[in-house]
Amino acid sequence: MIRDITIGQYYPVDSPIHRLDPRVKLAGTMLFLISLFVFSGYFGYVIATVFVGAVIKISKVPFRYIVRGLKPVLILLLFTLLFNVFLTREGTELFSWGIIHIYDQGLITAGLMAVRLVLLVLGTSLMTFTTTPNQLTDGLEKGLRGLKKIKVPVHEIAMMMSIALRFIPILIEETDKIMKAQQARGADFESGKLIQRAKALVPLLVPLVVSAFRRANDLALAMEARCYHGGDGRTKMKPLKYKGRDAVAYLILFGYLGLVIGSGFLPL
Amino acid sequence: MKKSMLRTKNLVFEYIRRDEEGNVEDILRALDDVSLEVQKGEFVAILGHNGSGKSTVAKHINALLSPTEGAVFVNDMDTKEEEHLWDIRKSAGMVFQNPDNQIIATVVEEDVAFGPENIGVPTEEIWRRVEESLSAVGMTAYRTHSPNKLSGGQKQRVAIAGIMAMRPDCIILDEPTAMLDPVGRKEVMKTVHELNKIEGVTILLITHYMDEVIDADRVIVMDDGKIVMQGTPRQIFSQVDKLKGYRLDVPQVTELAYELKKQGVPMPDGILTIEEFTAAYTTAKAKVVQGNV
Repeated sequence: MIRDITIGQYYPVDSPIHRLDPRVKLAGTMLFLISLFVFSGYFGYVIATVFVGAVIKISKVPFRYIVRGLKPVLILLLFTLLFNVFLTREGTELFSWGIIHIYDQGLITAGLMAVRLVLLVLGTSLMTFTTTPNQLTDGLEKGLRGLKKIKVPVHEIAMMMSIALRFIPILIEETDKIMKAQQARGADFESGKLIQRAKALVPLLVPLVVSAFRRANDLALAMEARCYHGGDGRTKMKPLKYKGRDAVAYLILFGYLGLVIGSGFLPL
Repeated sequence: MKKSMLRTKNLVFEYIRRDEEGNVEDILRALDDVSLEVQKGEFVAILGHNGSGKSTVAKHINALLSPTEGAVFVNDMDTKEEEHLWDIRKSAGMVFQNPDNQIIATVVEEDVAFGPENIGVPTEEIWRRVEESLSAVGMTAYRTHSPNKLSGGQKQRVAIAGIMAMRPDCIILDEPTAMLDPVGRKEVMKTVHELNKIEGVTILLITHYMDEVIDADRVIVMDDGKIVMQGTPRQIFSQVDKLKGYRLDVPQVTELAYELKKQGVPMPDGILTIEEFTAAYTTAKAKVVQGNV
């Protein structure tokens, strides 16, 4: 169950999206996130959905694989849905029972909110599916280079991010192992009330944290042994250089943004 | 004359445990007067029980630890001198026990490139080195794979390639096979021997598996922070009783020969391989049949 988490995992295929410069993808994701919150009409939803759909298609990442990544967000999704359904007091009342009142406007906002959230997760996970953490780090480092002047440790932050991503699957595997070991000795993670379940997690979390620290220590040693000493004087195996396709991608991005903003002025 | 690659001179290292006020509570002597020398191109194994100090020696050679007393020289550079730090780590690469905890990147070739990137190798040269190192450990086919999907032995070979890409004169392997299955162990040991013979890299192998040291040029046995035995594998494994005193085993054939000898079968000391054993046993049997014993 815990292995199903696909957020933040690179999906190795060769596609035009995979080959884009990571800076384009980073900027694209940012623009996409912003675009999700600027549009107001239904038309904006259509454009955003079509855009994500097209990018997914081009990226060659199987749709089912991406959807699996949505599972962890399901609870959040459910909460927003329920809140919107029960707490909106606009439009015509469709149903009322005791203190529960459901309005048509509530259902609509709930539905649209859900679409927005799903698009948000799809958009961001697409970036990590198509970009290796190393590229992502390079992109961040180069894209935010200007911040170094105001003493922001850009390289260090980027390095930490990429290492965190690299260790996600390892720690997940470890969690699985510890869980099984505890279950073999009678631990119960799956039944009982919420508080009991939370308590049952303590014997899982303690060894996990301890081992994460040990790993961090080992990794630091290994990095030092391989002459790591921060970002100064480092060269790159794959230095970032903008190519023609990146310019095209930027054009498409801004076109999309223009379309979304423009759609707000439509009468729909 | 062969040149000295690694040298430790009366090396002492103490772990100091302090209480909350910072007063010294306990001093643990992890290394006690260790002097050893490894020549260029040699394959040396350090053997020892857990806590014998063998890993501590390794960390000194890579300048990850600094000696309390004595000195460590790599290529005649003193590890205590800050300005040599990166040169030392460049010429004496280190491979650790857990392959998962030393792979930094999520793609094999990018991980191999990590070392050269750190020491500022130009881009085209990095590509050349990555290619050469991956082919030296036989992992070229996996260059675009994710390390998470590799077996333990393959991961460890990637880690070795990562060190090779820095073009070291010497590789220190700190129990590289302790977490691997038998197949992975064989893979890694074969790779290490090839690097030693074909690429001429000096190898310092730290291990507690007896089978892995048989093919070494020289074996150093450590116990309780001291060097207690030194010699060729044959010289070391002839002294079964002494080894057992240091809580170390001998290879199974050696043990069998030793036990037979104790029972009165005329077997020579220091048998290391099955072939040697069968040969020696046939002669011994012939002698017994002829009534010479």
